Amino acid sequence: MNSRIAIALTINGEIVEALVAPRTTLTDFLRQDMQLTGTHTGCEMGVCGACLVLIDDRPVHACLMFAVQADGCVVETIEGLTSRKAIADLQKAFHERNALQCGFCTPGMLMSAYGLLSSGDVPSREEIRDTLSGNYCRCTGYEAIVDAIERTARDRQNTETREEA
Amino acid sequence: MKARAFDYVRPHSVEEALQAFANADGDAAYIAGGQSLVPALALRLQAPALLIDIARLEELHGLSVIGDHLRIGAATRHFEILNSGLVRTHAPLLSKAASFVAHPAIRNRGTFGGSLALADPASEFPAMSLALGAEIEIASLAGNRSVAAADFFLGLYETALQPGEMIRAVHVPAATARTYCAFDELARRRGDYALVGSGINAEIDNGRIERIRIVFLAVGSTPVQAKNVENLLIGNCLTPELIRKAQETLEADLDPPGDEQTPAEMRMHLARVLLGRLLGRLEATP
Ligand SMILES: Cc1cc2nc3c(=O)[nH]c(=O)nc-3n(C[C@H](O)[C@H](O)[C@H](O)COP(=O)(O)OP(=O)(O)OC[C@H]3O[C@@H](n4cnc5c(N)ncnc54)[C@H](O)[C@@H]3O)c2cc1C
Ligand code: FES
Ligand code: FES
Repeated sequence: MNSRIAIALTINGEIVEALVAPRTTLTDFLRQDMQLTGTHTGCEMGVCGACLVLIDDRPVHACLMFAVQADGCVVETIEGLTSRKAIADLQKAFHERNALQCGFCTPGMLMSAYGLLSSGDVPSREEIRDTLSGNYCRCTGYEAIVDAIERTARDRQNTETREEA
Repeated sequence: MKARAFDYVRPHSVEEALQAFANADGDAAYIAGGQSLVPALALRLQAPALLIDIARLEELHGLSVIGDHLRIGAATRHFEILNSGLVRTHAPLLSKAASFVAHPAIRNRGTFGGSLALADPASEFPAMSLALGAEIEIASLAGNRSVAAADFFLGLYETALQPGEMIRAVHVPAATARTYCAFDELARRRGDYALVGSGINAEIDNGRIERIRIVFLAVGSTPVQAKNVENLLIGNCLTPELIRKAQETLEADLDPPGDEQTPAEMRMHLARVLLGRLLGRLEATP
């Protein structure tokens, strides 16, 4: 009964094999077993968005998944996105616009923003707010976060147009 | 906030999953997107000894048009419904409703079948399945059966599913050139469960309403069809007076619950406002 289960998954580009208890959430597995503490735990019920990670390149809540369910998946955490410089411009914009204070919500905000901007379009402010509807921030009041994401989207598009020219 | 210990299996077919449930003597639960079940386990509202993961079953995936209906595999995720061109053409009401379901990250995991099986009265897809006259295809060891959405939602989180039965797919009659629809809801914040929501699916010929279904969500323990309003409208052309009458008639169909933040009269008022707006902006199928 309740034996551990062998899983194999890719985390931040590396293949990881592990034995997990079925009730271990993906958040606990990442934070405790993998020491990837950039994935935060807030509400642990899908409401605050602090625990967002990418599964097969789409943002999902690590607190609403058991690690066994991620078997065979490609998982990317904030550490992975940071080290492959996929969001360096977003992080810079957050920093410059003071879009973080305590920083607790920031990894989740960046994950949502990454998902939104992956289409390459410049979203409206309303679309940005919509995307952040599942991310709580207790410090900033959101305005600066929306600004930073909007600016990054614009900058990315300008770079693209320049490259095309 | 930790689930009680449980065993986990990921069967390779629907048959195998049904068998696993039977072998567990009923002390099991299917897990699809997990977006409602995982929090329920964490809060220990449920504590099954075995989780049977059905999210990856090939047989439960895919959107396809078969004859005059759209088949939606039970494990189709909310974002797939939202992004699908097939759904936009053949069940535009579902496309419209999908953007109101939770937040993007939850839509990336949550499944259509999971939403119907859960039968939350504030959920969009159960209510819109009723508005579309969908048929729910159910698999069980005793054989397959099909239940109309109108006979499926029985009470608060209560459906026609017997223990161990699984939703395999949902069949929605495809929209035609005469199909018009609209969906909207009122919530305190975007992405939150609605205070009141509603969707309308109608067949309109030369301005005359031939058939119409109007379903409200978050106004009772199940999705509620506004039958008195429907009867008032059938055979007529929509005019501002008729819409006003429809709003007055709505009282005969709804008996919404109240709480401290949203008294019953307020819900009723919001429902009337919503009905007026939706009737005023029924859209043809793209
Ligand atoms: C913060 C938050 C906000 C949300 N907001 C909304 C919202 O606004 N609108 C909305 O509609 N939903 C909302 N949801 C719920 C979400 O849409 C769920 O994904 C959905 O209700 C359940 O689908 P699931 O695949 O995740 O099911 P699971 O959580 O995996 O399962 C739910 C239940 O259904 C059963 N089940 C699942 N699949 C089947 C099947 N094929 N056959 C038989 N039984 C099955 C399970 O055993 C379980 O009892 C929200 C969730 C969260 C966490
Ligand atoms: S910890 Fe996952 S959403 Fe709050
Ligand atoms: S910066 Fe503190 S919660 Fe967002």
